[in-house]
Amino acid sequence: MSSLVRRRNIEGLLFITPSMIGLLTFIVGPIIFSLIMSFSDWKFTTGFSGFVGVEHYKNLLFEDEYFWLVLKNTIYYTGVGVPISIAMGLLLAILLNRKIPGETVFRVIYYIPTVTSAVAIGLIWRWLYNPEFGLINSILRMMGIKGPGWLSDLKWAMPSLIIVHIWQAMGYNMIIYLAGLQNISSELYEAAEIDGATKFQLFRYVTFPLLTPTTFFLLVTSIIGSFQVYTLIAVMTGGAPAYRTAVYVYHLWSVAFQQLKMSYASAMAWILFIIIFLLTLLQLKLSSRWVFYGE
Amino acid sequence: MKKVYLIISLVILMLGALIMLLPFVWMVSTSFKEPGTEFAYPPEFIPRKFILDNYIDTWKRVPFGLFIMNSFKISILIVLGRVICASLAAYAFAKLDFPMKNIIFSLVLATMMIPFAVTMIPMYLLMKKIGWINNHLALIVPGSLFHAYSIFFLTQFFKTIPKDFEDAARIDGSNTLGILLRIVLPLSKPAITTISVLSFMWSWNDFLGPIIFLNSQDKYTVQIGVALFQGIEVTNWTRLMAASCISVIPVLVIFFLAQRYFVRSIVMTGLKG
Repeated sequence: MSSLVRRRNIEGLLFITPSMIGLLTFIVGPIIFSLIMSFSDWKFTTGFSGFVGVEHYKNLLFEDEYFWLVLKNTIYYTGVGVPISIAMGLLLAILLNRKIPGETVFRVIYYIPTVTSAVAIGLIWRWLYNPEFGLINSILRMMGIKGPGWLSDLKWAMPSLIIVHIWQAMGYNMIIYLAGLQNISSELYEAAEIDGATKFQLFRYVTFPLLTPTTFFLLVTSIIGSFQVYTLIAVMTGGAPAYRTAVYVYHLWSVAFQQLKMSYASAMAWILFIIIFLLTLLQLKLSSRWVFYGE
Repeated sequence: MKKVYLIISLVILMLGALIMLLPFVWMVSTSFKEPGTEFAYPPEFIPRKFILDNYIDTWKRVPFGLFIMNSFKISILIVLGRVICASLAAYAFAKLDFPMKNIIFSLVLATMMIPFAVTMIPMYLLMKKIGWINNHLALIVPGSLFHAYSIFFLTQFFKTIPKDFEDAARIDGSNTLGILLRIVLPLSKPAITTISVLSFMWSWNDFLGPIIFLNSQDKYTVQIGVALFQGIEVTNWTRLMAASCISVIPVLVIFFLAQRYFVRSIVMTGLKG
């Protein structure tokens, strides 16, 4: 029997070997290396040239105004884009969660932007946002409104990007909410209706509480994703105008691969990880106050 | 009252659907317009003259065919490699026993929280060291060997397969690999398809990876090709829309053919995950 157990052990280890090689080489190794780099002076041409302690971190936090600017931009992008796209997803899911003609067609249509590449989406929306000839300003002009310069306007550039984000993300949020809605038993609604609950009360006291785990899941994953946005910004604005739309990972990429300050960028990456980690932890902590897991 | 509510819902949903589709309609429409006529006011959704020149010119000016071949090659190899490596690992996590199994599984899950920004710089240096910069292997090998989401997804699925099936096969003399190949994988077709479709989409749409590891035109993927084209044809919107149209077609075709798998992936991991 023990030889059989040993054989099973060996088989298990053999089966995970390819993935473990990948995990160690491309995740664990790079994580350790990145951490070491962030504490050292690392030149692109000569490589490692001594440890500098927390200097990169100190410079980032206390000297580098770009760091704070891109962090602010990222918080703006996330803080506005994530709640709105989640709320829109919820609204759409509630409208669709009933017998409606063409239900499947709606689902597919709303999901299309989610599967489309950020490069193509960025390009399409740049054309839509074109100040002189873009579809959006043309339509506004037909209504007698002079549209702003959108992506080139200091005030409008970031909201323009956030609109694209919401447009792309809400279909995904809707599908997740629909899955959540299907888990709510109809008996609960029937019981509440017998008690004379109005439509709004049904939503406020039945639907919404029972969907809080879904909302929590979306909030956590969307914030993690939104803090790492890169492609949309790279394609649509490249940080312009005046670095108003430069988000964290875009700036990090530029520091690492354009300015070639790789150890400095590594410190930046670790600060990003810590921010994401703390935000997630905070949400987990706060979740017991508003997320309802039944009974 | 019920009817009024239904009509209001339908109106909102149709308005929303219009907003979802309009950018794509505008892309397709612009891509068939004669250069210059895309600036017409008021906007025209049906081109005055339908022409294919934008597609032909796009194809001539940059090697789009090659970009598409590169993207297909990278995406398909990642899908194949990932399905093999992830199903082996997932089977071990779901059905076999080995030392520190739970700790390793937690480690696999924990890696999903690490931003790519943390690993990308060392990855670049590693690829430079082994000479894989400007080589598709820099994308294919890491993408194939380890993918936490796929391992997690398949593990959850394999756990639902009753042990009786495997026991029967074991009595018939199958070894573990045989059971995985002949019993478990055929029963897991929906899960394997889901992972394949999602992985294809992710690697087809990936931009940050290719832009870090690839630096000559003959190695470019479609996404970098389109971004490069954007730099060449700054305001040639008819050609740019033709290029972006070409780049989204493969993923959209796969999405329409396999859309129920997208929904399944969400129902399975989205809420239980």
